Amino acid sequence: MRTYEVVFVAAPTLSNEELEAFINHTQTVVEGKNGKVIKVDNWGKKSLAYKIKRYRDGYYVVLTLEGDGAMIAELERRFRVTDHVMRFISVRIDEDMKRSEKLKVMRQRKSASKPQPAASRPEINVNAEAHPPTEP
Amino acid sequence: MPAPKRFAIRRKRICKFCAEKITYIDYKDGKLLSHFIPERGKILPRRISGVCSTHQRQLSEAIKRARHLAILPFVAD
Repeated sequence: MRTYEVVFVAAPTLSNEELEAFINHTQTVVEGKNGKVIKVDNWGKKSLAYKIKRYRDGYYVVLTLEGDGAMIAELERRFRVTDHVMRFISVRIDEDMKRSEKLKVMRQRKSASKPQPAASRPEINVNAEAHPPTEP
Repeated sequence: MPAPKRFAIRRKRICKFCAEKITYIDYKDGKLLSHFIPERGKILPRRISGVCSTHQRQLSEAIKRARHLAILPFVAD
């Protein structure tokens, strides 16, 4: 089982009910492919950074799913044939999350054993004097 | 850390993500990413921002994903 994050942008012409119906429909597709919906995050209507199909805003929906490649393939196929889906992206996040967790654990261990690991590891040493990067 | 004896003209470069212990750069966080795109909409080079190579790679990927979703612009002026 893999964890995916699927984001899609729907056309602003949709009503809230239509959007809800489409999200529910997506969920049944996922479940039909033996996947699991972990989280649905509806951002609501947001303005776009640039115009898509002459629209200035769109509904952003973030889905966190568990399933396999076949599920994502089916989902993407459906997004492609659905006219009111303007953009979508599916990202596999389980490996990134695992890496992120690992780094967090490593960092904790390091700070517990030796709080000042000398100049060999400048990356971990910087927390004492954190400057924001120079803004242009 | 030993105190610097001479005052350098250049500011010490510190990776923002390392300092804040960010291990995963989220492409959905337009506010965070917008710090790294100047007015024109290009990705800020790391020789200016001071971001470390690992995070710069993650950052550029995140910015590209965000552009696709129209969270960030491709070009802006």
